[in-house]
Amino acid sequence: MHWSTIIYCGIITYLTRFSMIFLLKEDILNDKAKKVLSYVPSAIFPAIIFPPIFLDSAGSLDFESNPKILATVFAIIIGFFSRSIIATIFAGLISYWFLIFVYYQ
Amino acid sequence: MNKRLKTLTKGITDVSPLMIPVVPFGIIFGVIGVELGLSPYMTFGMSVIIFGGASQIVLLQLFSGGASSLVAITSVGAVNSRHLLYGAVFSEYLSHLKLSWKVILSYVLIDQAFAVSNTYFKKNKENEFKHYHLLGAGFTCWTVWQISTILGIFLGSVVPEELGLSFTISLTFLALLINDFRKFKNIIVMLVSGMVATIGYNAIPFQAYIIVAALSALLVATLLTLINLKKK
Repeated sequence: MHWSTIIYCGIITYLTRFSMIFLLKEDILNDKAKKVLSYVPSAIFPAIIFPPIFLDSAGSLDFESNPKILATVFAIIIGFFSRSIIATIFAGLISYWFLIFVYYQ
Repeated sequence: MNKRLKTLTKGITDVSPLMIPVVPFGIIFGVIGVELGLSPYMTFGMSVIIFGGASQIVLLQLFSGGASSLVAITSVGAVNSRHLLYGAVFSEYLSHLKLSWKVILSYVLIDQAFAVSNTYFKKNKENEFKHYHLLGAGFTCWTVWQISTILGIFLGSVVPEELGLSFTISLTFLALLINDFRKFKNIIVMLVSGMVATIGYNAIPFQAYIIVAALSALLVATLLTLINLKKK
């Protein structure tokens, strides 16, 4: 990683925040555009979530004895009912540790 | 109490509860940054220069996968494109301010600050110092994020790698989506994104799988939005 990459990332991030405030006098995005932008987290985060869970270190699909899948399912269930960010992270992490340190040993 | 100080304080107290999940998130970022071999200065520098948790973690992940800087920068831009929405919504409340205010407030316009200040702005349109609310909320987030990053940097050098903390990247992003788990269309969009990324991880060159998956999923989201509007 180079400092220049970090600085460019900083500039582009800043511009996503500054551009609209600077350019617009009033809110001109229509409801359709807003609705689509509201899907951005749902459209991007799974692309970050899925590959490390389903792919092994060699990059092939791993469905058998994969503790990450089970731990993720558990985290989703806890997240669905609790709606708590912290509970979701810890449910996944603790069940993952249980699987790798106890169950699969 | 002075009205500016009062509004500033309101911003700080409004955003404080939302800081509880930010602390572990910042710590995770610091720990993983150090575990991936970044220097403490660089890890901390990312939190100051970029100041966007999700995009910083994406950058770390792409860096460990050997992505080029062009792909890394584009992916960070894609992750942060949701801020365009925040800026557009806030333009009507902030357009009368001096440029210096816009420059400062833009730096701290992150998810949590947007959420609480948007609620406040809607209810307090006539408060001429309402932008102090965003200032208070934003810099509270900023301070908490920097402190948790530093905590993570220190922990990163002690936490053993066997704990598999890189799995917390997936868990953290999963946790950020919990409010959308009950929305059918969001689930479709999530599945498209996740499947394209998993299949494309090896097939798509230059580690561009995040961008390709996100664009495919946004296309589906656009179609779902258009279908929904036609029904009305």
